[in-house]
Amino acid sequence: MTTADLGMPVSGLQNVPPLPDDAPRQAKRDFTSDQEVRWCPGCGDYVILAAVQSFLPELGLRRENIVFVSGIGCSSRFPYYLDTYGMHSIHGRAPAIATGLATSRPDLSVWVVTGDGDALSIGGNHLIHALRRNVNMTILLFNNQIYGLTKGQYSPTSRPGTVTKSSPLGSVDSPFNPVSLALGAEATFVARAMESDRAELKEILKAAAEHRGTALVEIYQNCPIFNDGAFEVLKDRSQQEARIVRLRSGEAITVGAEDDRKVLVRQGSGVMKFIAEEQAETGEKGAVVVHDPTLDDPSQAFQLSRLDTPDMTHVPMGIFRQVARPTYDDLVRSQVDGAVTAAGGPATDEDLTALLRGRDTWTVG
Amino acid sequence: MTSRTVQTLDRVVIRFAGDSGDGMQLTGDRFTSETAAMGNDLSTLPNFPAEIRAPQGTLPGVSSFQLHFADHDVLTPGDAPDVLVAMNPAALKANLPDLPRGATLIANTDEFSARNLAKVGYPANPLEDGSLESWHVHPVALTSITVEALAEFGGLTRKEKERAKNMFALGLLSWMYTRPTTGTEAFLEKKFGGQPEILAANLAALRAGWNYGETTEDFASTFVVNPAPMPPGTYRNVTGNTALALGLVAASHRTGRPLVLGSYPITPASDILHALSGMKRHGVTTIQAEDEIAGIGIALGAAYGGSIGVTTTSGPGIALKSETIGLAVSLELPLVVVDIQRGGPSTGLPTKTEQADLLQVMFGRNGESPVPVLAAQTPADCFDMALEAVRVATAYRTPVVLLSDGYLANGSEPWAVPETADLPAMAVDLAAEPNATDDAGEPVFRPYLRDPATLARPWAVPGTPGLEHRIGGIEKADVTGDISYDPDNHDRMVRLRQAKVDGVVVPDLEVDDPTGEAKVLVLGWGSTYGPIAAAARVVRNAGHAVARAHLRHLNPFPANLGAVLARYDRVVVPEMNTGQLAMLLRARYLVDVRSYTSVRGLPFTTVELADAVSTTLEEVS
Ligand SMILES: Cc1ncc(C[n+]2csc(CCOP(=O)(O)OP(=O)(O)O)c2C)c(N)n1
Ligand code: SF4
Ligand SMILES: [Mg+2]
Repeated sequence: MTTADLGMPVSGLQNVPPLPDDAPRQAKRDFTSDQEVRWCPGCGDYVILAAVQSFLPELGLRRENIVFVSGIGCSSRFPYYLDTYGMHSIHGRAPAIATGLATSRPDLSVWVVTGDGDALSIGGNHLIHALRRNVNMTILLFNNQIYGLTKGQYSPTSRPGTVTKSSPLGSVDSPFNPVSLALGAEATFVARAMESDRAELKEILKAAAEHRGTALVEIYQNCPIFNDGAFEVLKDRSQQEARIVRLRSGEAITVGAEDDRKVLVRQGSGVMKFIAEEQAETGEKGAVVVHDPTLDDPSQAFQLSRLDTPDMTHVPMGIFRQVARPTYDDLVRSQVDGAVTAAGGPATDEDLTALLRGRDTWTVG
Repeated sequence: MTSRTVQTLDRVVIRFAGDSGDGMQLTGDRFTSETAAMGNDLSTLPNFPAEIRAPQGTLPGVSSFQLHFADHDVLTPGDAPDVLVAMNPAALKANLPDLPRGATLIANTDEFSARNLAKVGYPANPLEDGSLESWHVHPVALTSITVEALAEFGGLTRKEKERAKNMFALGLLSWMYTRPTTGTEAFLEKKFGGQPEILAANLAALRAGWNYGETTEDFASTFVVNPAPMPPGTYRNVTGNTALALGLVAASHRTGRPLVLGSYPITPASDILHALSGMKRHGVTTIQAEDEIAGIGIALGAAYGGSIGVTTTSGPGIALKSETIGLAVSLELPLVVVDIQRGGPSTGLPTKTEQADLLQVMFGRNGESPVPVLAAQTPADCFDMALEAVRVATAYRTPVVLLSDGYLANGSEPWAVPETADLPAMAVDLAAEPNATDDAGEPVFRPYLRDPATLARPWAVPGTPGLEHRIGGIEKADVTGDISYDPDNHDRMVRLRQAKVDGVVVPDLEVDDPTGEAKVLVLGWGSTYGPIAAAARVVRNAGHAVARAHLRHLNPFPANLGAVLARYDRVVVPEMNTGQLAMLLRARYLVDVRSYTSVRGLPFTTVELADAVSTTLEEVS
């Protein structure tokens, strides 16, 4: 069952039993639990929940083989509202708990739901280690650039100068860019999506679920109560096109409407820059950058992640990186399975007795 | 060859002491194996510095290994050595205070150079200035004789030859105490199989040591310690950490659930991680986590998925795991947390022993967060208690803390290896179908509907159709497990969780009181078992009655504990802390127990405990 020997990309769902062919078609309501949803009116979390509930049937899995594990935060209430298996754990630790579950249970599709505080403050250590290990699971990081549940303190993704109850004169912390952080932590799948763009979000969720290894999806999520409008410039139709850089594999990286399109080029120094489309055509100002998330070297993906600045002049959205690397859980299982097979199958009572005795015994009587 | 006498002894305590780089632990281990093979009962106490290689020849760099073996049952590694092997002046200086006058000292004269003497503040060479005249001193030029014996090994440097001096010492001691060396030879062949010259040199050094004893006139007699009568069976020598690892694997085998260990290295617990990492053939998964919090998180995630989830650590790691233990209390999932206690607070004494985590594991969590607490009492008992920890965790769906300590972890004793079929049956049932009906009469799953006998909730693992449910650390409504902030529900759930732990069935406490006339009870827990039993033996041999009992279950206590305490005029509680069990007993039973405590990083000596007991006996007589 293991796939330690990854010749070609193997689906993240490979060992998860699919629905039988004759099973009734699943619908959104099959994934909706009986619990009353308790986020604030207008919270972006509702939008993401609806997207996930309507997307899950597309996976064609049995509900019982899907598990959502979360930490603590508004976002981490997510599992209660899905009619799958779920665990609402403790602050920041969901990636560790999911690592134990995913490693011991290859037949499950394991999802982590976390917030910017949960994943990047208290749980930063577990997040980077999950990413470097490449455990087969999908992490949805709801980034509202604020601590919602504790009533609005600045978070590790808040823009500098954010005024909150704990930063009345503006926060002085430098924020993390979650995509840059994930790439630096050797992540094999990194994407960013906007809560409000359901079509794009579902597409990314599908790719993430099918990725074998840890997939990190940062989802921009509005908190209307404590950080309203944090992503407004990206939602505002008049500005959207000028700011959102849609990453499409195999295509040049552009931004802006048709009449004012800019193209990303790499200059001789290696620096990337958007220049006007007509200038780019000459090739004199640098080579047009074609997006390729499958590049083994993460440098280009990292450079793309740096296009994004706190003022959101240009914000790349889509899949930054999507590469195949052996997963931790596959490797762990293959060592155990290999040892069991080499020894002739599961340990018998005699095998256990031999283990208990060790090599150096003596007999009395 | 000289003729000499052969003396029969009933017991011997030997301490090998040298620089951390001198291989004293290995020498001690090998001598222990030889002694076990002779059928003696034995107990060992390794004592080593926290630094891997403290500066050579200094007092902080001294590493020692003490072994007590006898023709009768052995309870402790011995208070004081009969023989000290001192490989350098630092080893002599650090260990001489423990060596009773009249005992034997074998010293490696080669290392007693002016420079090495100065390093530890000896103004003159104690081997020559007469200051050791109360001891039987055997000066042996261990290093140079070893090097000479290996003269023909042209391919080895002097340094490499010198390194074999511990095998020379082992050979000499093996000759003195008529121990076979075949086991050590086989061991060396395995260890140095790939380096034939080093192997040959070590074998030659071992033989040279033996021959040295036989040919010099310095040693007037050899000694025999006859086998101890032991119940029939197949025996091996085990350390507490090895026994604990084996117990966990045995429990996994008996429950039919795979074992998943999440752990972060820490002294003195790491050897359990090492041992289990080598047992993959038994379906064991080990995950070396990024920290202790992840280690327990991994174990809990695996337990949620139906495995036997285990995390192993020491006191500082328990501090980090507290929040996740609380989560497991709330989730009511089986989980085994092993704490190999060491000296604290903070980093404390990493390689030394202590029993000061009892209150931490009992109470060191937010909210009302009861967990069963068990404690192993001897190295071999770590096996039984590991099985017991898994039994309680799986039967009651609760995190369980198993306490051991540095002394049990590294100390060893012979263990009658059980047959697998004789191990307790430990079937675990996972929930497979709905356990209730809703108002409309439809079958439904209630994740917090309890078994009325154990109060355990169902263990319903992901992948089971029809039982999809959500659990979490927020308070849950009784029965349904839905989020609930209802005051009465919280009160009920707190009491239910407490009642579940209070209701864990544990065996009654057995009291050892041969005459039935004792007025004083000595009550201990954990690794003080050996010293307390040895002290009771001393007191009884002196003609006094004293009762003795040892707790292996600290939460809940055995049901008869209150009645046992009430039977005695005085209860003495020796602990390697400042009175933690005593505090629990006083609070729970309103008994004025006498605390006898020591926190020196070392186990109690038999003598000090016997004195403490005698003092109390005088009070009541
Ligand atoms: C150990 C611990 N420390 C602090 C908290 C308080 N706390 C709960 S959620 C949270 C921050 C959540 O922020 P984020 O992860 O961004 O989630 P959001 O509510 O914004 O979705 C904090 C500090 C806690 N629950 N546990
Ligand atoms: S506080 Fe913000 S993030 Fe939390 S539920 Fe309310 S709107 Fe959503
Ligand atoms: Mg947030």
